[in-house]
Amino acid sequence: MTEAILTGLVVFVLASFVGFEVINKVPPTLHTPLMSGSNAISGIAVVGAMIIAGPKDTSLTVVLGLIAVVLATVNVVGGFLVTDRMLQMFKKKEVKA
Amino acid sequence: MNLWLPSAIQITYLVAASLFIIGLKKLGSPATARNGNLVAAVGMLLAVVGTLLDQQVLNYTMILIGIVIGSLIGAVIAYKVAMTDMPQMVGLLNGLGGAASALVAVGEFWRLLTAGETIGISAIVTVILGVLIGGITLTGSLVAFAKLQGLLPGAPITFPFQQPFNLALLAAFVVSSGYLFVQPENLAVFLGMVALSAILGVLVVIPIGGADMPVVISLLNSLSGVAASAAGFVVMNNMLIIAGALVGASGLILTQIMCKAMNRSLVSVLFGAFGGETAGGGSTATGSASSGEKAVHTLDAEEGAMMLGYARSVVIIPGYGMAVAQAQHSVRELADQLERLGVDVKYAIHPVAGRMPGHMNVLLAEANVPYPQLYDMDDINPEFERVDVALVIGANDVVNPAARHDSSSPVYGMPILDVDKAHHTIVIKRSLNTGFAGIDNELFYKDKTMMMFGGARDVITKLVSEVKQL
Repeated sequence: MTEAILTGLVVFVLASFVGFEVINKVPPTLHTPLMSGSNAISGIAVVGAMIIAGPKDTSLTVVLGLIAVVLATVNVVGGFLVTDRMLQMFKKKEVKA
Repeated sequence: MNLWLPSAIQITYLVAASLFIIGLKKLGSPATARNGNLVAAVGMLLAVVGTLLDQQVLNYTMILIGIVIGSLIGAVIAYKVAMTDMPQMVGLLNGLGGAASALVAVGEFWRLLTAGETIGISAIVTVILGVLIGGITLTGSLVAFAKLQGLLPGAPITFPFQQPFNLALLAAFVVSSGYLFVQPENLAVFLGMVALSAILGVLVVIPIGGADMPVVISLLNSLSGVAASAAGFVVMNNMLIIAGALVGASGLILTQIMCKAMNRSLVSVLFGAFGGETAGGGSTATGSASSGEKAVHTLDAEEGAMMLGYARSVVIIPGYGMAVAQAQHSVRELADQLERLGVDVKYAIHPVAGRMPGHMNVLLAEANVPYPQLYDMDDINPEFERVDVALVIGANDVVNPAARHDSSSPVYGMPILDVDKAHHTIVIKRSLNTGFAGIDNELFYKDKTMMMFGGARDVITKLVSEVKQL
């Protein structure tokens, strides 16, 4: 278990650096879409929720997991769709300009 | 089958993680942003499908029902939400992500507890972190949502000994964690810790208000990512750890940009209660005293229209007041009319105008304002000296010249838009009330500043009809 945590920590730190590098120098116009888009990605918790909701029984764990699946999916779907809606407006504008 | 399936899942996760990174990269440039969002969405779909293949996941029907319900709710709110309400929307979604992560941690703890095995230290650490970060993200976001939605007062809410009290709560959380290491099966202590993290989230956000909101929203965004990572440690899943870390890092960068735009450190935003005890209390007295003595020049719609219509160049400075009044479409109409008269119209956007990063850009985009007309602070500031009229719509602290020279002012040092350097300044504002920082704005009392009092949309609509007659 401890070894797994260390591996996880390595992954976490490296991924954070990737995140910093990738996002640097974003123009202000895109701040909101970037935020709502990355927000949708944080809905990845849905995967964790599915795993704990996995067993075919009705334990508290499974119930909590299923609730988490619903909440995280709202986050994912809502986040991606609303980002797309915003970016669509930006696009329309650029064609006109 | 059993042999290749786990590897297939891991490879799916790897592809999904790569798609997230590519998607985020593309989100950083206007030309590719929409595509980038789509790429990230595909990554998410892959991650979900991959997880369904997991041998532990047998509960397909229930999970799929959950996904369908969540998708429907998400789709409805995504299409219904007004662009002016976007800060609340982002706040709420952050909270849901945090809630999901916290639930994963709680659920996993319950599973370990009922499984009857001894619970290892590392499992407890991850669960505790998951509960803490997820809980704070959830309730902190809900408070931010309530403030932005007007359910709670937007101004900072403070009470005596607030910081010591928060620290005491945190200390209680740490002590309980220690206790849990020794006695993992004590459910009461665990539930107490869940409650503590929820209360902490409320208390951390409640003293932060108004113009500091962009910082809070982007910080909560970052936290929702870290919460997902923490949940990843709980169930030992690299997909969650990677995606969460990416979001955490990107949110942190935005937070940094916001802090820099206000010339404040993150610590002072979180613990300073800007405009609370320090600025708020003193300035109500000084503010009203000084505004009683000093005179302002007011302007009616007809005169305003003349000034704007016969100017060569006009710069529009939108602020939160434009968002509140939903005046972005009227503003666009006014700009169209002015351009028809040959006026050069630009927009100057302060990085923290509004209540979330990029708030003004989204609203003006909704009103179809051409992208190249929007100028960042650094690009437009040198131009103000050559601008005939600067039209400030519902912005206050971001145009307060005191930030440049008055070291006693709470906004001192904050980079501002130099509207006072324009030949004339027209300020549209509901009243002379002080801005979020609770300080008087000397801009309003300058000789070349004209005030137009009223809701942004009413005033602009009147201006539009007057300009049409020119």
